[in-house]
Amino acid sequence: MSATTPIKSPRWLTAHALAVFAFLYLPIVILILYSFNGQGVGGFPPRNLTFNWYRILFNDAPIWDSVLNSLLVAAAAMLIALLFGIPAALALDRAQFPGKALFRRLVLLPLILPGIITGLSLSMLFRVAEVKLSLLTIILGHGTALISVATTEVFAGLQKLNRAQEEASLDLGATYCQTFWRITVPNLKLSIIGAALLIFTLSMDEIAVSFFLIGRDNTLPLEIWGRLRRGITPEINAISTIIFLFSLIAIVFWYRLRTRAEVTPEIGAELVETAKH
Amino acid sequence: MATIAESVAGSGGELNSTSLLSIRSVAKHFGKNVVLRDISLEITEGEFLTILGESGSGKTTLLRILAGFEQSTSGEVWMQGERLDTQPPYRRRVNTVFQHYALFPHMTVEQNVGYGLAIAKRPAAEVESRVAEALAKVKMSAYAKSKPSKISGGQQQRIALARALVNRPRLLLLDEPLSALDANLRRQMQVELKALQREVGITFIFVTHDQEEAMVMSDRIALLRSGELEQVATPREIYNRPATSYTAQFIGHTNLLKADVRHGTAYCPPLQWLTSVPDGVALFSLRPECIRPASASPAATGSPALPTTVRFRAHLRDQAFHGATDLLRVESDGGLILTIRTASRDLPNSEAPLEFEFSAADAVPVRATSLGSNSESILGSNEEDRA
Repeated sequence: MSATTPIKSPRWLTAHALAVFAFLYLPIVILILYSFNGQGVGGFPPRNLTFNWYRILFNDAPIWDSVLNSLLVAAAAMLIALLFGIPAALALDRAQFPGKALFRRLVLLPLILPGIITGLSLSMLFRVAEVKLSLLTIILGHGTALISVATTEVFAGLQKLNRAQEEASLDLGATYCQTFWRITVPNLKLSIIGAALLIFTLSMDEIAVSFFLIGRDNTLPLEIWGRLRRGITPEINAISTIIFLFSLIAIVFWYRLRTRAEVTPEIGAELVETAKH
Repeated sequence: MATIAESVAGSGGELNSTSLLSIRSVAKHFGKNVVLRDISLEITEGEFLTILGESGSGKTTLLRILAGFEQSTSGEVWMQGERLDTQPPYRRRVNTVFQHYALFPHMTVEQNVGYGLAIAKRPAAEVESRVAEALAKVKMSAYAKSKPSKISGGQQQRIALARALVNRPRLLLLDEPLSALDANLRRQMQVELKALQREVGITFIFVTHDQEEAMVMSDRIALLRSGELEQVATPREIYNRPATSYTAQFIGHTNLLKADVRHGTAYCPPLQWLTSVPDGVALFSLRPECIRPASASPAATGSPALPTTVRFRAHLRDQAFHGATDLLRVESDGGLILTIRTASRDLPNSEAPLEFEFSAADAVPVRATSLGSNSESILGSNEEDRA
């Protein structure tokens, strides 16, 4: 295509883009709209807009119990995943040990493996070990499965980190420990926050693994799933809308952190330079 | 070499009073790859020593061993009677200016410079005054509150220098600190850095691949070739009396002459001159500026009197203008090609041969070592020497 001839923007391409966009977001829009629908889930277009479903939702104790359970599970899983994932990423980046290449691939496996496999195997393990299924087993399930997310996110951050900075810190009299907290962690802050947010969200909406490990207490996705079997009500739309809003806030928060960080120069480029010497 | 290492190591505590750092038979292998072999070097207090070498010569590795980021495979490093190479980097009174500065991006300029003092838990007032003093010394006081990303490369360079010097190290290591700067700024920094070193009186070990930079700044140059010390000497000495053909070629231009020495005379047809080198084949380095157009008074040509001034005739093949000087390539009667540096001027553009001369003393005998990393002998491989 010659650069001098003006490119006619093909109409169908625009239409196609719009269609894709609609396909992605229309269900969410409808879900939100119907949470205000006085007629329940039926009828088009939505009529008698009301906050009634939200009122019912706020008085629905089991839903809020499940929300609390989910938040607890997500927070605990996040802690476990970071606690094990960060040292694993450090080991992958710095230590030399036999089977490192294998470890690097295997650590990703829980992420690729279908949730059913992970859930089933853990449920069998807990049965053999005679551990009673409860929120704790879900926490352990999510935590272990999501270590891989923490590891890969933090490992990516470490790869971008300029090692000369850590050497400079040691050179200026800081011990390895001081260097880790004053130089490495601040530089990894974004990766760690990113990993934490990702783990939290993944845990919040996880259903397959939870399904196999659930005890008496439901997590939110399982509570919703259980209710759907009895028929859908706009109350579900209402809780979904709230979840959607919180996810949106988390994404915006993450995005702003990121763009603010990108104002500082790309340390990756410097790393490449240093590596060449 | 082991015997030397042992005898030197034996004298652990009682060193020469002016000696600051003693590198003793240091070697470094990365697997099968030998990066440094048997480096021994004494560095005196207050000295500006440059480790000069091509990329891959091992100069950065040697610096990293001194800083503590690499362990030597064998050998020892002592600083003022104390073993240095067994200590972690944070216990050495050695600071480094990194090639790409390695400033901490999440801290201000001020925090960067004060980092070492803060780690050492100096009182806040002392940190503040010493940081201000260090920033003033590198003329960066106005940028104390800036983030490193907001200042230019040359300014980052100054901050890196201040960050190291503020700790008053015994020894400052500089890893090609000027290589990222443009030519003008670079020359300016060379002068400033040298002046700063005189002012603070700290021993500098400066690593570079730039021979001009090394000559301008150093008290002594240690030339590294393929992990071995080729020559350690003052810039003048290393330029005027190169020990090897590699040194002669790497530092400045030279003519390498392969001569047959018989009874105190070197024969390199059509040239011959007096020498004290023992009989046999020998290499000589003759700097282009040591050859000059012959003075008018005609000496008796063809005299076998073996003069101390060597005269020869040659045809001009090529003339390149270099500002103050011209570089000439001439071919002598015997087909010997020589490079000559003369004051810039127009030479008669004639076919007639020109007369040149040089002092026999300027033909410096050198050991044959090759340019580049392969260890093949240079004998016979250079177009300037025709046996």
